[in-house]
Amino acid sequence: MSTQTQTIEELATQEYKYGFVTDVEADSIPKGLNENVIRQISAKKREPEWLLEWRLNAYRVWSTMTEPRWHNVHYDPIDYQEICYYSAPKKQPQLQNLEEVDPEIRATFDKLGISLDEQKRLSGVAVDAVFDSVSVATTFKDTLAELGIIFCSFSDAVLEHPDLVRRYLGTVVPYSDNFFAALNAAVFSDGSFAYIPKGVKCPMELSTYFRINAANTGQFERTLLVADDGAQVSYLEGCTAPQRDVNQLHAAVVELVALDNATIKYSTVQNWYPGDKDGKGGIYNFVTKRGRALANAKITWTQVETGSAITWKYPSCILQGDNSVGEFYSVAVTNNHQQADTGTKMVHLGKNTRSTIVSKGISAGFGQNTYRGLVRIAKGARGARNYSQCDSLLIGDRCGAHTFPYLEVRNTSSQVEHEASTSKVGEDQIFYCRQRGLSTEDAVNLIVNGFCKEVFRELPMEFAVEAQKLLGVSLEGSVG
Amino acid sequence: MLEVRDVCATAGDRQILNGITITVNAGEVHAIMGPNGSGKSTLAGVLAGRDGLEVTAGSALFKGQDLFELEPEERAREGLFLAFQYPVEIPGVNNAYLLKAGLNEVRKHRGEPELDAIDFMTLIRERMKLLGMDDSLLNRPVNAGFSGGEKKRNEIFQLAVLEPALAILDETDSGLDIDALKTVAGGVNAMRSPKRAMVVVTHYQRLLNYIVPDFVHVLSDGRIVKSGGKELALELEEKGYGWVADEPAAAV
Repeated sequence: MSTQTQTIEELATQEYKYGFVTDVEADSIPKGLNENVIRQISAKKREPEWLLEWRLNAYRVWSTMTEPRWHNVHYDPIDYQEICYYSAPKKQPQLQNLEEVDPEIRATFDKLGISLDEQKRLSGVAVDAVFDSVSVATTFKDTLAELGIIFCSFSDAVLEHPDLVRRYLGTVVPYSDNFFAALNAAVFSDGSFAYIPKGVKCPMELSTYFRINAANTGQFERTLLVADDGAQVSYLEGCTAPQRDVNQLHAAVVELVALDNATIKYSTVQNWYPGDKDGKGGIYNFVTKRGRALANAKITWTQVETGSAITWKYPSCILQGDNSVGEFYSVAVTNNHQQADTGTKMVHLGKNTRSTIVSKGISAGFGQNTYRGLVRIAKGARGARNYSQCDSLLIGDRCGAHTFPYLEVRNTSSQVEHEASTSKVGEDQIFYCRQRGLSTEDAVNLIVNGFCKEVFRELPMEFAVEAQKLLGVSLEGSVG
Repeated sequence: MLEVRDVCATAGDRQILNGITITVNAGEVHAIMGPNGSGKSTLAGVLAGRDGLEVTAGSALFKGQDLFELEPEERAREGLFLAFQYPVEIPGVNNAYLLKAGLNEVRKHRGEPELDAIDFMTLIRERMKLLGMDDSLLNRPVNAGFSGGEKKRNEIFQLAVLEPALAILDETDSGLDIDALKTVAGGVNAMRSPKRAMVVVTHYQRLLNYIVPDFVHVLSDGRIVKSGGKELALELEEKGYGWVADEPAAAV
């Protein structure tokens, strides 16, 4: 093996240095899943009767379903009776200052450029009065309230805005949609709810508030965003900081509703624990994300997926209204034994609907990266257009990239374009950069960031910078 | 500046260099000529630390340091620059960005402050004039979609910005038309300095009309078989490589 390959190899196989587990005091229900457990969850959350019924219906459907096997990922069977389905928000141990935080974690924060205040919050350090996150959050909340924007935890929304929740819950991802979505509907823990009223342009990234106020929403997160006629909102989920969780299975659901002329931009950065270098112990992330766009509405999904042992997600758009637009921009990284089967579905129902798909998969180590995408153009979707571009980048010679594009076009007035490419980070590219003075690590980083450029520029500015740094840190540590 | 002693090297299981000895002092321009397969590019690659080439014997001192102990990026930061025969394309990476990253690594190594965006742009605009380069090349991805001439010009432009102590030009003339050749040679000549040494690897004498060397070495079968002044190049042009090669068959 050449020295160059060895270096890449070393970079690629370094362990996830930055995860941490904290012993937590949790108020939980005994493990296992049955109707009684669901009743207990619902009761603990003081939910109205209709929601309990909804959960129970989901559970009954789920009981009849079998776990999907069509994906290109492999894992041992999950015993759903061995999982604890309710755990009250964790209490992190309070530290007095950042010096008490693991120096390696702090180093990661610094590399990612996370502010000191946020570092404190993420690592559970008591925040001093001046920068009290609660008061900052309250300020945001006041600003939003003036505009009539509702943004709160899902549980609060159920209690405070039951009509809105009831009107839209399950309208994009029905509880019977798929195995993991049904499981989520039955046992979802918490998540976020946002409603942007007619004609209102949300003045801030909802992420800002979200990140400052992020609660531990648990393993079965449920998010519902509704943008009323002409409303605009940009939302960021997740965080570049590494996250570890004692729960291995995560099955989240996100529903977006963009009414006429509304715009929703939903960006995700996911950096869950990917497991050790043999692939043990990482998070299984089985997510259902879907948006429904009415006339002239636009939904954009942007995702940077670097974590998890298994990623299974297909943020999708139902382009129901005429002239509606769906976009999907994705960077997915798999290293060591990580597996990702991710992509999107663009379902064109309305006339002159348009969709764009740009997917960048990066595989290193033994990582397996699969793009799976469906473009379906219904008979009535006259004049619909789609452009798809799927690029794969391989680092080393034991990883894999796979592309499964499905195109179903049912009328003759539509246009569908699909481009795909696979390339390797070439040793000659790395040598070229090193000959100009860059270290191997910086060279790989530079090449990978160049590869992802088209996606990063879709992220809100500050997150694009963070995402680039994340790839850098990932290359050094958990992923290549 | 550079002292190469009896260097032998292999690529895979092929022996390519069979004992190269050459001394290059500051201010000198050396031309390395030779037929295809004589080991010219291998020599350039060995000096720059290209992967896949293994030095099996001999030594090289660069500015008094053991060259072969240094990683490729350390050699670059010490001031060894290789203008590539086949400049590599890096899609999505801004040409100026790579250059700025490289320059700042070199400056850091020298203990100089890193340049910010404004100072960097001022510097490169000045250097671009040397090569008559189009602004648009700066913001395009590294070498991607560049014509052959643009790629070579870009290499010399990088040389002009990085200001190395030792520049090795590997067949910089290949693929250039006469106008591009003149421009590139003009850029190289502008970089000649009493503090800087250059090693120009070329197959044809043509380039040496424009970059006039102090010394010419002829490589054949991995050995320097003849050394001389600039007139040696002209003689070669006239008589062909068979004239000096130990084994003319190797010159095919």
